[in-house]
Amino acid sequence: MEKLLHDLVLSPAWYFTAARGVTLILIVMTIAGYSVLLERKASAWIQGRIGPNRTIHPLIGWIPFVGTFLAKGGFIQPAADGGKFLFKEDALPGHVRKPYYILAPIVALAPALAVLVMLPFGEFTYEGKRYAISLTQGADVGVLFMFAISSLGVYGIALAGWSANSKFPFLGAVRGAAQLVSYELAMGLTVLSVFLATSAAGEDHGLSLVAMVDHQQGFLGWNIFGHPVAALVFLICVFAETNRHPFDMPESETDLVGGFHTEYGAFKFGIFFVAEYSHMVIGSSLFILMFLGGWHLPFVPTAGAGWVAPLLGVAAFFLKLCFFLFFFVWVRWTIPRFRYDQVMRIGWRVLLPVAVLNLLAYFAWYAFRG
Amino acid sequence: MAIKVVERRPLTLLERTYLPQILAGLKVTWDNMMRPSVTLQYPEERPAIPKNYRGVPTLVMDPNGREKCVSCQLCEFVCPPKAIRITPGEISEDSANAHVEKAPKEFEINMLRCIYCGLCQEVCPEEAIWLQSQYSMTGLSREAMVNNKVKLYELGGTLPDGHHKWDKKKEEAEKQAGGHH
Repeated sequence: MEKLLHDLVLSPAWYFTAARGVTLILIVMTIAGYSVLLERKASAWIQGRIGPNRTIHPLIGWIPFVGTFLAKGGFIQPAADGGKFLFKEDALPGHVRKPYYILAPIVALAPALAVLVMLPFGEFTYEGKRYAISLTQGADVGVLFMFAISSLGVYGIALAGWSANSKFPFLGAVRGAAQLVSYELAMGLTVLSVFLATSAAGEDHGLSLVAMVDHQQGFLGWNIFGHPVAALVFLICVFAETNRHPFDMPESETDLVGGFHTEYGAFKFGIFFVAEYSHMVIGSSLFILMFLGGWHLPFVPTAGAGWVAPLLGVAAFFLKLCFFLFFFVWVRWTIPRFRYDQVMRIGWRVLLPVAVLNLLAYFAWYAFRG
Repeated sequence: MAIKVVERRPLTLLERTYLPQILAGLKVTWDNMMRPSVTLQYPEERPAIPKNYRGVPTLVMDPNGREKCVSCQLCEFVCPPKAIRITPGEISEDSANAHVEKAPKEFEINMLRCIYCGLCQEVCPEEAIWLQSQYSMTGLSREAMVNNKVKLYELGGTLPDGHHKWDKKKEEAEKQAGGHH
């Protein structure tokens, strides 16, 4: 079992390489699909409804308890939704700029998936050496890569809005681009302050997420306690970066019809949807890795030899991720959407100064402490 | 009356950060989520229909099983969307109801036209047409959506009736006839 885990993560054999790539994409796609279900269910609960509870599978629907459970929980719903998107007519409006219109969803989804390469979500020890459970081991620049690539996702939005050749998608795209630029700054500055604390001078793994998780030992060692302001600013920025409520300017359906994907339908719209949820997964993963101790749990060994502890670590990471996906929905039904000028004001006049002051304070603290 | 100007308190720093309000809001949504849902699982669970509900218009019989409609056609005339079509008919001499003026030969309500306004029920002098509690009316063709007389009586059934107007009329007529002799 230990050997298998080792091979699955590290073996250069082609079948293991293929297996881990396919597994990761499948897992993320499934998470994206089921976070749509989570979104629908949690929205329903918050509004006093039940949510999707009727979809059954013809082959397993009749099994006494399992079938009922699957139907009541809506667990077949994502598959049904996906199937629907797959079989709908893929309409191509006459007034769009066609090549870019087709390219836009791809540009939106590709960075979201590419970032996964650098995402560590567990660790194990094999023959005395520690390895991260991730697609790439030498992820020293992990966090740089993730920030660089995941912000490329906005090109998908910009391209979609522009190629749709109508005013509301265009407005949505412009808002999306402006918003991303504004919040990326504050986000980067908070990350700096955290890295200042977690990577010692002269260390090799300066920007590695694994090193950052290693730094957060024990419950009170989590960065969220050492860097509360940074965590708060980062959290707000994650909401803004993933275009989630209350910052969903690019697709604010009350004033912009459907925002940047107004002209999209069928599977192309589905791809935008998956891209948004993948961004949510990545944003929350980053927050978990940087502030919530990654795969660490207090009082439970989640890394080390054997295969139980590493799997516990992965499970802990997954649980934290689930909580975050729920938190996105929870916030969505709590805070009304900001006006566009408010979004800009919060970004430039509140979050950026706060992030700068926070960084300066940590600079001063470390300079003073020596 | 003296006007009292309430001083508008400036927001404190904590309030301007907006964060305590967000936390309070999160608690509100959380409490809401913990409450039981109010959804009615429609086809399995049906809503309770109030007594004075205006559902599908139906024809009713009196407790003796006599059809109350006398095909006066008032409802046909009052019907705003012209959904009602009545073909008046005679009552044969040897019927038990021969003392009643008339009866409809055919009575059709086109439910594709009906707007459920209830004017037919309001105008009916015989209390023969009632909008009862049925709220769901479906059909696979236009013809299926036209309720004929049989269907209307099937839907309507029997309603209690305190008047027995025609029986009293008959008794009255017999009494007068007897008194005259």
